[in-house]
Amino acid sequence: MEAQYWWIIGGVLFVLLNTAAGLIWLERRMLALWQDRYGPNRAGPFGILIVLADTLKLFFKEDWIPPFADKVVFVFAPAVVVASVLMAFAVVPFGPGIVVADMNIGVLFFLAMSSLGVYSIVLGGWASNNKYALLGAMRGASQMISYEVFMGLALMGPVILSGTFNLSGIVEAQRGMWYIFPQLLGFVIFFIAGIAETHRLPFDIPEAESELVAGFHSEYSGMKFGMFFIGEYLGITLISSMIVTLYFGGWLGPAFLPGVIWFVLKTFVFIMVFILLRASMPRPRYDQLMEYGWKVLFPLSLLNLLGTAAVKLFIDK
Amino acid sequence: MPASIFSALCSRFGEQLFHEQLTRDETPTIWTPQGKIVPVLEYLRSEADQPYRMLYDLTAIDERAGKSKYNGTCEFTLVYHLFSFERNAFLRLKVALRGEFPSTPSITHIWPSANWYEREVFDMFGIRFEGHPLLRRILMPTTWEGHPLRKEHPARATEMGPFRLFPEKEDREQEALQFNPEEWGLRRQSDDSDFMFLNIGPQHPGTHGVLRIILQLDGEDIVDAVPDIGFHHRGAEKMGERQSWHTYIPYTDRIDYLGGVNNNLAYLLSVEKLAGIHIPQRAEVIRVMLCELFRIASHLVWYGTFAQDVGQLSPVFYMFTDREKIFNIIEAVCGGRMHPNWFRIGGVAQDLPQGWDKLVREFVQYFPKKLKEYDKMVMRNAIFKARTVGIGVFSLEEAIDWGATGPNLRACGMDWDMRKKRPYSGYEQYEFDIPTGRNGDCYDRAVVRVQEMWESLRIIEQCLNNMPEGPYKSDHPLATPPVKQYTMQDIETLIHHFLHVSWGPVIPNGEAMIVTEATKGWNSYYLTSDGNTAPYRVRVRTPSFAHMQMIPYISRGYTVADLLSILGAMDYVLADIDR
Repeated sequence: MEAQYWWIIGGVLFVLLNTAAGLIWLERRMLALWQDRYGPNRAGPFGILIVLADTLKLFFKEDWIPPFADKVVFVFAPAVVVASVLMAFAVVPFGPGIVVADMNIGVLFFLAMSSLGVYSIVLGGWASNNKYALLGAMRGASQMISYEVFMGLALMGPVILSGTFNLSGIVEAQRGMWYIFPQLLGFVIFFIAGIAETHRLPFDIPEAESELVAGFHSEYSGMKFGMFFIGEYLGITLISSMIVTLYFGGWLGPAFLPGVIWFVLKTFVFIMVFILLRASMPRPRYDQLMEYGWKVLFPLSLLNLLGTAAVKLFIDK
Repeated sequence: MPASIFSALCSRFGEQLFHEQLTRDETPTIWTPQGKIVPVLEYLRSEADQPYRMLYDLTAIDERAGKSKYNGTCEFTLVYHLFSFERNAFLRLKVALRGEFPSTPSITHIWPSANWYEREVFDMFGIRFEGHPLLRRILMPTTWEGHPLRKEHPARATEMGPFRLFPEKEDREQEALQFNPEEWGLRRQSDDSDFMFLNIGPQHPGTHGVLRIILQLDGEDIVDAVPDIGFHHRGAEKMGERQSWHTYIPYTDRIDYLGGVNNNLAYLLSVEKLAGIHIPQRAEVIRVMLCELFRIASHLVWYGTFAQDVGQLSPVFYMFTDREKIFNIIEAVCGGRMHPNWFRIGGVAQDLPQGWDKLVREFVQYFPKKLKEYDKMVMRNAIFKARTVGIGVFSLEEAIDWGATGPNLRACGMDWDMRKKRPYSGYEQYEFDIPTGRNGDCYDRAVVRVQEMWESLRIIEQCLNNMPEGPYKSDHPLATPPVKQYTMQDIETLIHHFLHVSWGPVIPNGEAMIVTEATKGWNSYYLTSDGNTAPYRVRVRTPSFAHMQMIPYISRGYTVADLLSILGAMDYVLADIDR
């Protein structure tokens, strides 16, 4: 029993970190495809070794901490994002029985961990002692905290329907029908909040390249920048797998393929959507994003919550 | 018309004060006494019948050298170029200044746009403007010694002695780079908050070049913005004074480096006016076709980078691919791409190559489909609209006050296009419309440019279908280099060929300025010749300079993110600002 746990933890870590690294290649290739260019195609077959080359390069870069930065926090910040996202993966059920910690408060744990991610942005931006980083951090903090709210409210839909906070339980409860159908609105809200949470285009406002150079991580280089980078791709994977778990039946699927494969396939569809979004959307202004969140998404998510609860009560009666 | 404004001035201010000068370009040129210039300009701007509302250009000429007619009567001449939309006429006012370092009253209270022009004249000539709000160098570094466009200032590095950076000098240079808000006329705090100063640039992905904008921020709101230009200054005007009329052409390519031959055209029209050369029809049509191809190429760069400024990553790749198709045509015709250096005094460098029509036709058929696609992708995108509609608004009056021209002027609703209103190079023979906007915001500026690409396409199609036969270069003796085949039979032409290529052509005495509708607005070369192989003075008036000057005025109260939309929609090129 003990050994099995270690296998799962090791396997999950191995697969996740490799996925995140592979995503960097995947995204660059897909963006290139959609943008009429080649993308990385030299190192290895289809350029897949670019990730290895990039990682090596990052490792050999000078581990530079700007003299004006707050050293401890500066080093600590990038670790937070990777750690918190990896922790959140602990509750994600990848297949029947393949889960690191099958907690009965899985959904809450996920929310808690993804909220911790904001510390990474705020601390990184603050410790850099750079005005661009500061602006990015401020934007990041308010964006992520606001969108956390709608994300949490949207999540309550599947929780009400299944009657459990346990993610495996939520998946099992979708045997009859995936929650995408009764929870379409909730899914849309969760998805939008998820983009904001991972601060990807169109909501990459904390780093908004054309405005803030690189936003909160302007001062970062080498492997510390690499951590932010990996953290971002882990975040995409996390949100995609949560979407699959909560709304698309998790590992459920026709029996000719094992559950894990179904899970991975579904997750990759959403990862591709993330990449496609980046290829096609402009970026709204920071205040427009906040306005959209609080004036549109917030009422909608409340409505969704109320509606779901009412229907559930009505059916149960 | 010319006589009337002169007589109006005489009747208003007195007969003896003014005298009129005849110029090659037939722009009314009136010498005005220094003491009267401010009331005269005030009168011309607001009281005169059909007033001259726009200060098009303000520059100076150092008259102390060469065979200039005014050598001895004055040391410097200030030249004001005004434009009246009602009259459709330019007016040139000249003021004679005496003394080595003269000073003259500032006119910043009449036209806000005079601010930077006066700073430039101060920077370049050392002429002081009394009453100017912030008279500091604009293009040269603050530690620069001397004023470059004065005739005694060396033009070549070899005239300046070896460069040495002693420690004291290094310290002084470093000291000069320290940022001091008060020097830029900025306050550090208001009553209730401390401001943050943010340098956008000189190295920044959103500025499209080496431009620095000092932002005074209250949170993310812009309290004030101060552009710091000059990083791209290469002394194009000074170089003009030591290049022959012919060898200056490649330098013009690099002014608005996206506009390619449009720069050649603006320069050569003035040279040809001075020389009295008439261009054969085929050469004119070739010129127009190339100019319009470059207009599309330039607008495509703007289109893509503007979309990128508001966060859209992909369009720029598609648009650069299309621009590449234009460059394929340009390459086939000129051999060059961005800097073709292809127009010549009296025509173009070569005849069109065989098969050019096939290339152009393919493009004309291919491009409309793409433009429609881009419309869907960018212009009709809801987020793109949210970022640009109602941002960076200026009214028509403000545009004219600040000297905004080209698409930025048309976005305010005025259908003023130099190609239509004051046709040059045979533009009156083409059918095309002048797209205009209504609101003068970033979105309308974008709409106008996108529409312009359609119109340019129409013009290109007309060139394609009606390309006349005939010579591609004038047989005027000053056409440079003269047509090669004549040199083989005719000793006169052979001599001209030899002299024009070795010394350069001698362009007759006089001055001329032809204003063209370049890709970004009105562009002109105000050339003064003292009958030499090189111009006595080259003044390059570029649209981007005036547009950049507007940035603080229209970005106050918006946020940092909006500033990027405003910069993107302005469509400037740093080399076009700094020259």
